[in-house]
Amino acid sequence: MARIAGVDLPKGKRIEIALTYLYGIGPSRSRWILESTGVDPDRRAVDLTDDDVNKLRQEIEGNYKVEGALRTEVSMNIKRLMDIGCYRGLRHRRGLPVRGQRTHTNARTHKGQRRAIAGKKTAPKK
Amino acid sequence: MPRSVKKGPYIDAKLLAKIDMMNARNERKVIKTWARSCTISPDFVGHTLAVHNGNKFIPVYITENMVGHKLGEFSPTRLFRGHGGRLSDKRSKIS
Repeated sequence: MARIAGVDLPKGKRIEIALTYLYGIGPSRSRWILESTGVDPDRRAVDLTDDDVNKLRQEIEGNYKVEGALRTEVSMNIKRLMDIGCYRGLRHRRGLPVRGQRTHTNARTHKGQRRAIAGKKTAPKK
Repeated sequence: MPRSVKKGPYIDAKLLAKIDMMNARNERKVIKTWARSCTISPDFVGHTLAVHNGNKFIPVYITENMVGHKLGEFSPTRLFRGHGGRLSDKRSKIS
């Protein structure tokens, strides 16, 4: 079984797609990695030889920041913004969108589920 | 879209001159400034700048982490006091 950077790759998928199950590797990076290691992108993850898997593992662990290390980096970047007290940091602290989007409506991805406002009238149902 | 690299960072000329002067004399004085769009250069580290937010000057102590940000990022222009009458009543009782 192919196990790279602490993640099991899905067996039945083409390796080009299977690699994107790693955090930090999307379609483009997956293609670059396969190109530089010379592994056929159409092969299924189960059909890979141990040699291929090792090549992929070395390529990924040597040259890319993935999974845990990448997650820590991202959260450290956010923490830095919050610590220096800049506008972006303040927005992160409040859980509001950071890049100037409107918050009158929408922005639900960052704000999360709607919270009910006490005493607010709802439109009568007909 | 970010600023062209060719131009280099925008640093307010007058502010930089003042800071350079203070660095040369080893002074530490609070400088009032309206230059919110000025990028923080490494020369500013350790100084305190009073950055205008449209109403008053907010003192900002510049640390190394802030280099590359703009002064205005540290002087918020909006004050959000929360929604709703009742809730703000509660809040005022607490504080």
